[in-house]
Amino acid sequence: MNSFADQLLVLVMLINLLMLGSSRLLFSIRAVAVQGVILGILPGLVHTFSWHLAMITVSIIFAKGFVIPYFINDAVHKAHIRREVEPFIGYVPTLLLGSVCTALAFVFAEKLPLAPEHRDLLFVPASIATLLSGFLLLTTRKKAISQVIGYLVLENGIFIFGLLLTDAMPVMVEAGALLDLLVGVFVMGIVINHITREFASIDTSRLQALKEE
Amino acid sequence: MLLALVLLPLLGAFISWVIPDNRIRPLVLPVVATIHLIVTLLLLGNAPPPSAGGWIWLDPLGKIVLLCISLLFTVCAYYAVGYLAYRQDRPNRVLCMCLQVCLFAMSMVTITQHLGLLWVVVETTTVSMAPLIYFNKNSRSIEATWKYLLICSVGIALALLGLLFLAYSTYVAHHDATLLLSSLIQLAPTLNSGWLHAATIFMLVGYGSKMGLAPLHSWKPDAYGEAPGLVGALLAGGLVNCALLAIVRVYQICLASGTEIVFLQKALIGMGLVSMAFAAVFMAKQADFKRMLAYSSVEHVGIMAIGLGLGKGALLGALFHLLNNGLTKGVLFLSSGNIHRSYSNKTTDVVKGALTRLPWSGGLFLAGFIAITGSPPFSPFISEYTIVSNAFIEGRYTVAALFIIFLVIVFIGMALTVLPMVMGAPPTDLEQTSYRDQLLTVAPPCVMMVVILVLGVWPPEALMLLLREGAHMLGVQP
Repeated sequence: MNSFADQLLVLVMLINLLMLGSSRLLFSIRAVAVQGVILGILPGLVHTFSWHLAMITVSIIFAKGFVIPYFINDAVHKAHIRREVEPFIGYVPTLLLGSVCTALAFVFAEKLPLAPEHRDLLFVPASIATLLSGFLLLTTRKKAISQVIGYLVLENGIFIFGLLLTDAMPVMVEAGALLDLLVGVFVMGIVINHITREFASIDTSRLQALKEE
Repeated sequence: MLLALVLLPLLGAFISWVIPDNRIRPLVLPVVATIHLIVTLLLLGNAPPPSAGGWIWLDPLGKIVLLCISLLFTVCAYYAVGYLAYRQDRPNRVLCMCLQVCLFAMSMVTITQHLGLLWVVVETTTVSMAPLIYFNKNSRSIEATWKYLLICSVGIALALLGLLFLAYSTYVAHHDATLLLSSLIQLAPTLNSGWLHAATIFMLVGYGSKMGLAPLHSWKPDAYGEAPGLVGALLAGGLVNCALLAIVRVYQICLASGTEIVFLQKALIGMGLVSMAFAAVFMAKQADFKRMLAYSSVEHVGIMAIGLGLGKGALLGALFHLLNNGLTKGVLFLSSGNIHRSYSNKTTDVVKGALTRLPWSGGLFLAGFIAITGSPPFSPFISEYTIVSNAFIEGRYTVAALFIIFLVIVFIGMALTVLPMVMGAPPTDLEQTSYRDQLLTVAPPCVMMVVILVLGVWPPEALMLLLREGAHMLGVQP
């Protein structure tokens, strides 16, 4: 089963690169939703069946695959924008940076003192690569929505690492973390709507009234 | 009892959601806060033993933070009634609900012993505070909210990664992966050092950005500057202490590991000194008095970080300072909120002669300034003095010297802003506003000021005992 999990993780990393190279917001939102669904399936592949697991799977797919993308989609529609224009760094350079980061993630993961049974799996490199892609999205894009997507990708990267340790994270904590993420994105969506109304744009580079003189 | 502590605010939040009337709704706050404070005081006397499989336990460190949060929240709750009476133009349902959800999360932070649950509730405090910063609903407050939300969310996400590293370090060391504090402390010497090191770094960065330690403080002046005074008080005295408690938990594990603590202490001292330096630079000539308070908060988290970093006797000072800073910041933010309301401006170009225009609020602001800069007879003097004198005792002369130099610069910088604000005559061409000092907006910070004075002149023996117990948990021999 683990080879299937590895294939899914490769897919996750490909989605990272797709998002880094795309300017269309709706596409990125769908991509992050697909990534969320894949992450929901993964725990089922690496652990034996239990009700605890089934519950986690369902709630993750529901939250990351449907509810959160719905919130962001809503904000996009209200903002009447379709594309990220003029990011701080262009798409091709970020895409290249993303690929370099992914490659480095593999090199780095080799060097980590992992438990022997985790050595041959793609979890750790995929986690680091996704994390770094999230950071790239967060720092290079100007639109508030792209930044939220970057935050979600970052969170997904952390989640992949967490898959190695589902025993340590009791159900209640996991549910709490997911709920926090959900509410967090919900609040971000509301704030984005207000930014749209107030600034007639969701360009975060316009948010610069507050600084030291 | 512990259950009441966390369920009560949630119940209050629900009641505020149900009440349709904008005038009656704020009254829920003082009721909930007063019961919360009473329960807290009872719990300080005799805390129940660990329950729920060791997940829930109010230890001395938690008690100190809980005391500070509960006191501060009660004062803010009474103030809120007066404040919201002036702001009847704005719906306050979200404000009342979020305040109480935040109180729930903050109480939970203090009583939980499971680091995963701790993370969840710290994140809850972050999210529940965001709508409060945005209470004024103008372009500046949106900007502040966005920066706060994004930076703190990403910071907290990094702390989660650190937490996973910590769990993984137990896994690599062939233990059952766990995040229970007591088991982690027990296992600490055998944990994989590489993963523990990574975990420490990520959690320090994550919770450090929530706490506002420089260079991770960039959201702080904006959020504190734009939030209503009452929210600023809770941010500076409540959320900061929750994040600090999270770092203290990491400290406990590092201490038990024996080796990692050296790194953590160095990092804390370094970040603490950088925070104080940043505050000293930006506080000078700061025209916006709320932003000035934000930099003062950066300075004081720096002081607490240095206290933790020095260890030994300074820990007592750091824990005491946690309480003092929280309460004094409360006085400053609440009175600055009053001044802001009265002048409908928060720059020192317009705000002059506050003592004449608002004798009570101006006086409280001045007293708060004297207290926060570490002048006797107020209690921050004692805690800062404890930290710096222990730095000398331990032979850390450079740290001590820098500490004193930064304190002096901050004092001068802050005085240059505060003194012209409160002294002199108010400008004659001032816009008339409806705000006048009133019992409900002045008495709460006044009570808090008295508490700070009492703590400075005659610190109760029970509190000192509690602080010593807390310091003992962090490795100080009694």
